[in-house]
Amino acid sequence: MLQFKSMRKPGVLTSAIALTLTGLTGFSASPAGASSYQKAHAGGTLTLLASTAGGTLDPQVNYTLEYWQLYQATYDGLVTFQKVNGQASFTVVPDLATSLPKITNGGKTYTFTLRKGIKFSNGQTVTVNDVKATFIRLFKVSNPNSGSWYNAIAGGDACVATPASCTLSGLVVNAATNTVTFNLAKVDPEFIDQLAVPFGAILPAGTPAKDQGSTPVPGTGAYTFQSYNPATSLVMVRNPYFKVWNAKAQPQGYPNKIVENFGMTVESEVTAVENGQADWVFDPLPADRLGEISTKYPSQLSLHQLTANWYLPMNTNIAPFNNLKARQALNYAINKNNVVSLYGGTKLANPTCTILPKGFPGHTNFCGYTKGGGSNYKGPDMAKAKALVAASGTKGAVVKLVATNDAVNASVAQYVVSVLNQLGYKASVVLQSANIQFSYIQNTNNKVQISLTQWFQDYPAASDFINVLLGCSTFHPGSDNSINISGFCNTGIEAKIKAAEKLGITNPAGANVLWGQLDKTLMANYAPWVPLINPKLTDFVSKRVGNYKFSLEFYMYVDQLWVK
Amino acid sequence: MGALLVLIFVAVICLCAPLYANDWAHVNAFSSNINGRFFIDGHWRSLLQANTQGLGLGVSPVGPTWHLNNYFLGADSQGRDVFARLLYGGRDSLLIGTTSALICVLLATISGLAAGYFGGVIDWLVSRLLDITWAFPVYLLAISLSVILVTSGFSVGPVHIQAGSLLLPIIIIALIYVPYVARPLRGIVMTLKEREFIQAAIGSGASDWRILRKEILPNVAPSIIVFFPLMVAFNMLTESALSFLGVGVQPPNASWGTIINDGLDLLYSRPWVAMAPGLMIVITAGALNLLGDGFRDAFDPKAKLRGSI
Repeated sequence: MLQFKSMRKPGVLTSAIALTLTGLTGFSASPAGASSYQKAHAGGTLTLLASTAGGTLDPQVNYTLEYWQLYQATYDGLVTFQKVNGQASFTVVPDLATSLPKITNGGKTYTFTLRKGIKFSNGQTVTVNDVKATFIRLFKVSNPNSGSWYNAIAGGDACVATPASCTLSGLVVNAATNTVTFNLAKVDPEFIDQLAVPFGAILPAGTPAKDQGSTPVPGTGAYTFQSYNPATSLVMVRNPYFKVWNAKAQPQGYPNKIVENFGMTVESEVTAVENGQADWVFDPLPADRLGEISTKYPSQLSLHQLTANWYLPMNTNIAPFNNLKARQALNYAINKNNVVSLYGGTKLANPTCTILPKGFPGHTNFCGYTKGGGSNYKGPDMAKAKALVAASGTKGAVVKLVATNDAVNASVAQYVVSVLNQLGYKASVVLQSANIQFSYIQNTNNKVQISLTQWFQDYPAASDFINVLLGCSTFHPGSDNSINISGFCNTGIEAKIKAAEKLGITNPAGANVLWGQLDKTLMANYAPWVPLINPKLTDFVSKRVGNYKFSLEFYMYVDQLWVK
Repeated sequence: MGALLVLIFVAVICLCAPLYANDWAHVNAFSSNINGRFFIDGHWRSLLQANTQGLGLGVSPVGPTWHLNNYFLGADSQGRDVFARLLYGGRDSLLIGTTSALICVLLATISGLAAGYFGGVIDWLVSRLLDITWAFPVYLLAISLSVILVTSGFSVGPVHIQAGSLLLPIIIIALIYVPYVARPLRGIVMTLKEREFIQAAIGSGASDWRILRKEILPNVAPSIIVFFPLMVAFNMLTESALSFLGVGVQPPNASWGTIINDGLDLLYSRPWVAMAPGLMIVITAGALNLLGDGFRDAFDPKAKLRGSI
């Protein structure tokens, strides 16, 4: 899924195994809001800190964890992942729809009934026409997954080809019965999950069909974006038209105002939270402060295993990484244990050799590029790596690695550059703000050879890594929304992806075996990435914060925090 | 004299960086050494040490050992010897500061002499060019040029400068400071031009080239000499600022500015990483300013240049 923005970037989050190591208050299996809502804790201003903004605020374009986390309180889809703690947070529940869809036609038709009386934050009532307009707009704004997810809707492929004339014939709405019917061109077992992420948020029909950038788009959530200046802050206030209709889908929030400030260094952010001047640090905590925080403020820290990958996508279409041996060489050369150290140590990350994170559906334990071989990572093999570089004929090539400029990413990037130089390349690093790096590395016009990035699941399905990140349908040359950053497109692999997806409809377990085999084949025969680590997430909150709740799907529920 | 001695000392120890790194400390100042170890007090220790307190999260590089041949100032987050990088960084900072000051003063002298002596169209053209450059805040201009050029390189016709080359910050810093030297020199030349000995030379039929070379330049030279150490200090500070912001010297190369940047993320646990280059900048810039003052007292006792920059 998305991108954490600075570090955990793409992807949404994670994992199936959330380990709370420490004692933040409020961890319970209860819904995040609703019947258990405690009015005495309502009010106050919650101050969040992020080193940089997360880019566009448009929910149909933005693909960063930074804002997907905030969208949970500002937007609703027809369905959503329920807002509870733990494993149950992966369960999809009805949101703007009255119930989960009626599925007919052999799994190709989904019919929803829209709730009545719900209003957008601009006062406009939500109608089925808004639903239709929303999904058409999704193609017109070149949603990153319009060609890999939503093109499953009949007429979707035509919308991908010519967005301007998109009518999305497969989406039929009936104002009289207040129903919305999606007719799929093919069966898609993950379609319901794809409707539950923020890309499926229902927006007013009149929303301009272009990326709204820093202009807030009205939503139906408990909060609405009041103002956004990517250089300074993002402000959320209560949506005056919001009433709870399903607390598991959209609970009432606690703070009256949520402000996310940008521009401080992560070090300063940590100090501000320690001093009670702010309530939460979005960015990964700097390695040199972890000791202090975990010693002095353990009750304000929580740790969760994520189903996410830090990885180095190598551009398979331009030199030197259009050469398989060069890609394999880097896989052998990188010491993933060093990356673990730079991330904060063995309690915060594990080295990985696979595309699918450990604990994720389809994950198979193997390690093709490690000293001595075997299924677990043991360390780099520089001799083999140097031999492969020599055999590839790429030695001496100029290589630029593009990474974000936060402390951890910059540090890992410097290490990778050092390894590239040891292999005989003339390597250097280009550090960019997280605001732009994720789009920059996707666009083939920028001729990025190799980058450092992260992927967090959108929902727990293997296709969300393999199909989304390495499938032909997500490679869009010349576009900022080309999430297949390696530019990898292989017809043989594509056929296997389709086969695994098809099998998943009738036999999910069997499909996961296929996904695991695909993972192994991709790494062994094509090595489009260097998988680095599976990280854990650290949330550091201020002393005054209570009611910390964590979703495996969208992480900490920002709007459920108490500040009074 | 004291300032000169300090400068010579700083320059010499920085020039000895390879000697220190390769033959004494036996470290590679440019290569990551994250899983490296070093031997001290009879034990092998990791350069990056895992925290064992509290929840046991986090990793910190080793701090100063105060053993001159063994991670004297400790390691940075890449496991590199901070003292070795400090010496290498000093080489780059001094090289850029000195070279860019030379280029700056040379260009400023040429333009100041031409504008002040010839006047007319030449003066108008040169002065407007200097005005335009001067109109930009100096750091804004430097950062803008650096962001474009340092990360992507410079290529015009047969001239190719690779991204990350030290030539780029040298040229950028030299150019942005030209007006600050050329303007006062132009004023001095315009004053000199009205003096009797110049009028006499013109009257005697001496060529412009001869007058500039034999009459004007020797009288401007003291001012240029005063300017030079001041410009070295200014340029070195500018280089450090650009490198600190990531648009000057590019990693893994080092300058005092990049080392401060490296140390920024270690301020709480290993403050010496940032403090050591900061101190070196203060000492060097201070010495250069004192040297400039000394030159002024010697060559320009009326101190006309004192407030020029």
